[in-house]
Amino acid sequence: MIKLRDIHKYFGTKHVLRGVNLTIKKGESVVVIGGSGSGKSVLLKHIIGLLRPDKGTVIVDDHELPGLDEEHLNEVRKKFGMLFQSSALFDSMRVWENVGFGLIRHTRLTLSDIKEIAVQKLKMVGLVNVEDIMPSELSGGMRKRVGLARAIAMEPEILLYDEPTTGLDPIMADAINNLIVDMREKLNVTSIAITHDMKSAYKIADRIAMLYNGVIIGTGSSDEIRNTSDPVIKQFVTGSASGPIVLEGIRHED
Amino acid sequence: MILVRAIEYLGTVVKGPVEEVGRIIMLFYSTLKWLARPPFEIKNTSKQMLEVGVNSLPVVLITAVFTGMVLALQSYTGFKRFGAEGLVGTVVALSMTRELGPVLTALIVTGRAGASMAAELGTMRVTEQIDALETLATNPVKYLIVPRFLSGLIMLPFLTVVSNIVGIIGGYFVSVFLLGANVTTYMRTTWDYLEFQDIYSGLVKACFFGASLSIICCYKGFYTEGGAEGVGKATMRAVVISFMTILISDYFLSAWLFE
Repeated sequence: MIKLRDIHKYFGTKHVLRGVNLTIKKGESVVVIGGSGSGKSVLLKHIIGLLRPDKGTVIVDDHELPGLDEEHLNEVRKKFGMLFQSSALFDSMRVWENVGFGLIRHTRLTLSDIKEIAVQKLKMVGLVNVEDIMPSELSGGMRKRVGLARAIAMEPEILLYDEPTTGLDPIMADAINNLIVDMREKLNVTSIAITHDMKSAYKIADRIAMLYNGVIIGTGSSDEIRNTSDPVIKQFVTGSASGPIVLEGIRHED
Repeated sequence: MILVRAIEYLGTVVKGPVEEVGRIIMLFYSTLKWLARPPFEIKNTSKQMLEVGVNSLPVVLITAVFTGMVLALQSYTGFKRFGAEGLVGTVVALSMTRELGPVLTALIVTGRAGASMAAELGTMRVTEQIDALETLATNPVKYLIVPRFLSGLIMLPFLTVVSNIVGIIGGYFVSVFLLGANVTTYMRTTWDYLEFQDIYSGLVKACFFGASLSIICCYKGFYTEGGAEGVGKATMRAVVISFMTILISDYFLSAWLFE
């Protein structure tokens, strides 16, 4: 169980998160939607302890992350796997070393065993014969898959996805969505994704939460969100330029 | 009123650099803390030592040999005016071991390996690779900065020793073979006036420069913001701040070590 309680975060004078409250049950798949610059990535980074809230707390299975020292925080982080928006592969390492990085650091397995596990995880995400190449030789979609293979290599209980389909063509985006659904079914993990891609959100979510002006303004199932009467959520999910959401830097002349 | 404004202005000018120095010291402290904690990053440290030490060797060798050569040439023509050309060997040896060996080596390593450290860590920061390390329960200071710090601290004295030897050989070559100095006199004036403290204090400087340049370059890279432009700026600032630190601290270290 993950609980976000009254999370506030400032960057300089900018108040990005203004009291976020959200509870994610074990095994649930939650997608947080919101516009660019709304603080979705900041929220995700709080869940894995990359950022500490200025006020409020994050609780992961009874561990209060802001109060933990580095050593204990790292123990909690071993429950997580995270797929980054840019994949964030280590470009000085081969693909299998990227996938097996956590195993190399935190287990006593031999390198040949780790390579075998890496090959198996790569196969799970639909990649074969790529283990010995460098990340720079991969396409965007392949990099996402390798990032996903790395995220699941340590068999985590919780998977975090930061904009999993951003920058991909629609077919590759759908393939990544299918993989996310697959991962959840095969590994029985809790999933938290952030995205502004509504097609992706509807496909992978049990529950969708909308982040706007630094707070969660509504949650619901895919159908509830699709048919919402809330004007802000409605404008976002329908992708309309006119409505209550004011785009930063753009003047509305109604 | 003018005084208040002047103090306010002074405060805004001083605040940034003071904050930055504070953050560098915090990173240094954190590096020392993680340095002492096992498991030790032997593979990473060896890789960095190869990069900082072995791969910098050709540039250091060329710089040192020509520095020794020009030093001999200049001091010979100058000293000849008052009949002291017999002291050229002493001047070359003392200048190389006390001053030019450690300083030039540190400047070369900053331009080569330090800039590379800042650019590599900066790129890792802006492409979220440092965040990825943390999500994989790996402390980035331990994994990235400790090996680079150690490589600077250990390899700078090593390169300085090489630089001293090659510089003295360069001076010997010019004096004996080109300027016709007496071999015995040259060797005698080189070794008779060279004391252990000259070599030792040069190596103390080298350790300080190695530690400073690696921490400064790692700091600028590690806290890079703002994409490709940010990486470029961080690299440039890392090199400039390291150069300034080396040259300014050199004076104070000399005053302390040779008082």
